[in-house]
Amino acid sequence: MLRLTTGRVGSLLARRATAMVPGVMIYGGRNAHSDMSQPMYWDRADIPLPDKPYKDVLTDADKSLKQKEKGPWGQLTKEEKIALYRLSFCQTFPEMKQKTAEWKTVIGGVFFFLGFTGLVVWWQRVYVYPPRPRTFEDEWQAQQIKRMLDMRVNPIQGFSNKWDYEKGQWK
Amino acid sequence: MLRAVFRLTATGARSLTRSRPCYSAPLAFRCYSHGKVETDEEFDSRWVTYFSKPDLDAWELRKGMNTLIGYDLVPEPKILDSALRACRRLNDLASAIRILEAVKDKAGPHKDIYPYLIQELKPTLAELGISTPEELGIDKL
Repeated sequence: MLRLTTGRVGSLLARRATAMVPGVMIYGGRNAHSDMSQPMYWDRADIPLPDKPYKDVLTDADKSLKQKEKGPWGQLTKEEKIALYRLSFCQTFPEMKQKTAEWKTVIGGVFFFLGFTGLVVWWQRVYVYPPRPRTFEDEWQAQQIKRMLDMRVNPIQGFSNKWDYEKGQWK
Repeated sequence: MLRAVFRLTATGARSLTRSRPCYSAPLAFRCYSHGKVETDEEFDSRWVTYFSKPDLDAWELRKGMNTLIGYDLVPEPKILDSALRACRRLNDLASAIRILEAVKDKAGPHKDIYPYLIQELKPTLAELGISTPEELGIDKL
């Protein structure tokens, strides 16, 4: 049980460290972006045409397809068109706009830390808090109230006003 | 400065709905104290001219497209037509398909804008041999 939660927390922290720019999908592995001085590829809905195509290194088949692209596009088959798309772009718009399950990790992490805080507060209550003051005891409180009524605290509209002195009870 | 806070984006009104009688688009309105307001037609023709440049290079296509998508509007079919022809000149089919995906996304919850765009662009798409994302099946996951 504990290992599960640490794993979730660990993944949340790792994700927080890498995915710092909102709306940007980091393709490939986490180490794919090393040289930020070169044009970079992003899958972003608001930047549909990134600075460079997704695949730089083309195989011979890719190169011949690129040659065919220079001719009429009506002659390309559907598969070739999709292949050309995938050469330039990593994800389609529906793919990049997919909902993730990240919210579950976030909520889980929130509850986990709330729970942990509860444990901390409990420990504090046992080991750190001083003894409870006498004034909290029921007997003390009763005597305190009686004293206030005897002193006629706020007799017109407030505290003592609510006490019926003849009958000896609250109104 | 305060005026900037209350400035309505003119571009919000500049959707292609003005070509259709069933929508009533609010007039473009900027709270400038001075300066000329660019009309929708001027905006459209400026962008059509931009993409029509015969020697437009790939960078300019990308820059133009990304800037256009950054505006709070869905581009008119004629602007997209010009952009798609620019893709053809640059032998870039992938970007042409990407442009179609991007404008569909720009329409957001207004699901009837994209079919209208495709309908208007049909001749161009047929002429250039561009398949829509739907025809290629990449509009689904």
